[in-house]
Order: sequence, then structure tokens, then C-alpha cells
Amino acid sequence: MAKLMIPTPLRQFVDGRDTVEVEASTVGEALDKLTSQHTELRRHLFSEEGKLRSFVNVYMNDEDIRYLERDKTAIAEGDTISIVPSIAGGKHVG
Amino acid sequence: MSANPMSPNPAALGNDEIQRYSRHLILPEVGMEGQLKLKQAKVLMIGAGGLGAPLGLYLAAAGIGKIGMVDFDVVEMSNLQRQVIHGTADIGRPKLDSAAERMADINPFVEIVKYNTRLSSENALDIFKDYDIVVDGTDNFPTRYLVNDACVLLGKPNAYGSIFRFEGQATVFGYQDGPCYRCLYPEPPPPGLVPSCAEGGVLGILPALVGSIQATETVKIILGKGETLSGRLVLYDALNMKFRELKLRRNPECPLCGDHRTIHALIDYEQFCGIPQQAAEPEPEAALNEWEIDPRGLKAKMDRNDPVFILDVREPHEFQICSIPNSVLIPLGDLPKRVGELNTADDIVVHCKSGMRSAKAVNFLKTAGFTKLKNLKGGILAWSDDVDPAVPKY
Repeated sequence: MAKLMIPTPLRQFVDGRDTVEVEASTVGEALDKLTSQHTELRRHLFSEEGKLRSFVNVYMNDEDIRYLERDKTAIAEGDTISIVPSIAGGKHVG
Repeated sequence: MSANPMSPNPAALGNDEIQRYSRHLILPEVGMEGQLKLKQAKVLMIGAGGLGAPLGLYLAAAGIGKIGMVDFDVVEMSNLQRQVIHGTADIGRPKLDSAAERMADINPFVEIVKYNTRLSSENALDIFKDYDIVVDGTDNFPTRYLVNDACVLLGKPNAYGSIFRFEGQATVFGYQDGPCYRCLYPEPPPPGLVPSCAEGGVLGILPALVGSIQATETVKIILGKGETLSGRLVLYDALNMKFRELKLRRNPECPLCGDHRTIHALIDYEQFCGIPQQAAEPEPEAALNEWEIDPRGLKAKMDRNDPVFILDVREPHEFQICSIPNSVLIPLGDLPKRVGELNTADDIVVHCKSGMRSAKAVNFLKTAGFTKLKNLKGGILAWSDDVDPAVPKY
């Protein structure tokens, strides 16, 4: 079981929860399961080509998966995956 | 006041300064040496809003010698829930005036410089060059990238903080070969995908904590003491009262601070963030397009008893604050699965708070085969302005 930490802006797509647990052996698999359970979330995390969006970072425990093995990063029991999108804080700009 | 209240010498403290900073002076990590560093320091704050409020108050109190502030907003009623540097009597005043007055009252020994302007690629380098550290308390992505790039180009550390609803992020960018904002997020989200604070709300106390972290990091960098947040991103979740820390690395491929830099000058950040160019002065009354109706037009229809279906696509908690009579609530996110509740034969007017979500709803309904559609221009805010002032604005 991997624990996925859902950031505030994306909780609306997972029924308001702050964590979701999925059975997976890699980070890619965990995100795949998460977004097939919660389809609205997919377009917020992935581009149309299926690439992780560049304003969304994914951490395996405290390490950015870009500096591990990206979506192939293996997960073990008790690991925490965090989704950390950029937030600007404030008001309308457009 | 004593005989020697403030020393004009930047390398000495007057008697009143010694008294004022006594709790710093008896801290071994600050002491006379550290307090003089603070007195000689020049810190630039970007924004005098939510994050700027605690920053301004504490940086002034700490005795930073020169504090610059960039902001062009005026104080509004809805700011006061979190921007504690401003008061009710300040509504309508420039935030810079209100903040500077409060800071000068807290500490008259601080020199405050006001930049009443929108920070831009044209003025940023010129403003930044006079300062040692920049504190980013802005509220939008174009300015975030602008501040980051200008700091890296000039080699100035950037004490960063950001807030949303109950969640905050803080770190230090561009300090001693540490990562920059572009290392963390190479590109901004497209407009509309991430809700803003105005759409999403923010806990009023949240910026107090995040801004205090930024102020703390600023003071530590000046003192050269402790371990800064450079290379670490603090995530704060107020709702669950949890702090977490993630590692940040300088990205060797970063176009700004990486090994093969391709950015050597400031760019057009509005364009970079996908925001259409705005006219310097907003047009007073832009014409309605064929998919829009203004509040007076809708009111006229209602007064004539024309059959019109008013669809409100805001969230239920917004509907509780105020609504247009006889409107039906279907939040934007629920629209795809509830579209069957609408009739393509009806004349439908869609509205939200200010007209952005309803424009998305109109686009969605067009693709679903609806043709008799209008977006209420300016949303319920414009309805309150132009038709019914009894409807509260939020």
C-alpha cells in the first residue's frame, strides 16, 4: 500500500480527501491507479500526451522523483508519495 | 527619547536603538554585530498584501535599515480578514501608504521606500539592484517568475512564500548556488486550471505563518546564522496542522540557473504564463459578444417576463451568500453529469461570481448542443453593481 498525499487544490477531485491509499509497486502505477479511480484528476496531473505536467511535482518521501527514477521509482510499504503543484496565492491575474 | 536616540552612523546604535533592540542584543546569535548587520541591510518586499502584512510588521520591528515595498493596490474591505498591516480606516488608501505608516509607527528608525507601481520586466532589475534580499509575497504566477528571474540574474536571494486555502509553501531560492523557482517548477500552470485565492478562498491566519517564515529566513540570511531553507521546501497544512519538508535541488537543466543557461534577460511573463495581453487601461465598456448578456439586459428580460432559465454555476457555499432570484444552481464541476437537467429549447443565462466560470460553462454547453445561451457578463458582482445593490459582494 502506498499513501498518496493530495494537496489542497486537488482535493476537490478526490471527494475532499487529503490522502488516498493505493496498491502499487511504482510511483507511475500509483498515479495511474489514483487517476483511474478519480478521472477528473487526470487532466490536472497529466498533459494530453500523458506526461506529468511541469507545474506538478511528485515526491517519493522527501525526494523529487525527477532525481530518482521518475515514474519507475519503486515504492515500498510505508512510503509516502506527495503531489505538490505550484500555488501562487492571491487573486485574479487574467 | 534619550540624548542619542538614533545613530546616523550605520555602524553604530544610538541609545534608543539599544533599548529597542535589547532582546536581540542579548541573544548571542544576534548581538551588537548582528543588529548592526540588520541596520545596514536593505530588503525589498514584493507586495503589501497577505504575506506582505506580517513581513512588513516584523521586518520593520526587527530593525532592517531600509525596506522597499512594491505594490499598486488600494486597501479593500475583503483584504482585512488577513492583511493585518491595514485597518478599517485605510479602506480606499494605497496599500503602500497604509503599510508604510504602520511600519513607521512600529519603528521610526527604519527607512521605507515605496514603489507605487506594477513590477514589470522593464523596472524590476532597476528596483532590485539596490537591495540585498528580495521577499516574494506576490499573488500571481507572472510576477513569481519575474521575481525569480530578476533575483537569479542579479544574484540576490529570494525568500519565497505562497498560500492557498489552508496550505502554504516556503523556501529560499537563488541563495549560494541553491535551486531557483524554475528548478522547482519549470513552467506555470495554464490560466484557469489552478483556482486563485479569490476563487478558492484562504484562511486569514495562513499568511501570518508563511510570511513569518519568510521574515525569519530573511533575518537569518542577513545575520549569516543558522541553516536557511535553501534546498528545502516547507509545506504547511493548517487544516491538519502538519509541517512537512521536501528536498529541492538545483536542476542542472534549468534554463535560468542550470549548467547551460539560455535565459540571460527578463522576458514577457504574461505571455510566458499564457495570459492574453491586457490593454494598459481597461476599456470602459467593452462591447458584448453574441454569447454575452449584461446585468441590465437580463433584468430587462426578467421585467418583461421573458422565459429565461438562469443557471448559476458557482459552488453551494457561494450560493448561500447570495443569488439571483429564480436561479438554479449546478456547480461547474457537476455540469457534465447534470447536463440532462437542462433543456436545449430554453433561453439559458449562465452566471458565476465574475463571469469566468460561467464562460467555461457556456463553452461546455455549446459543445453539448446548446445554442440559446448567454454568459452574464461580470457575474453576480456586476449584477450587484448594476441592478441590485442589495446583493452582497464577496
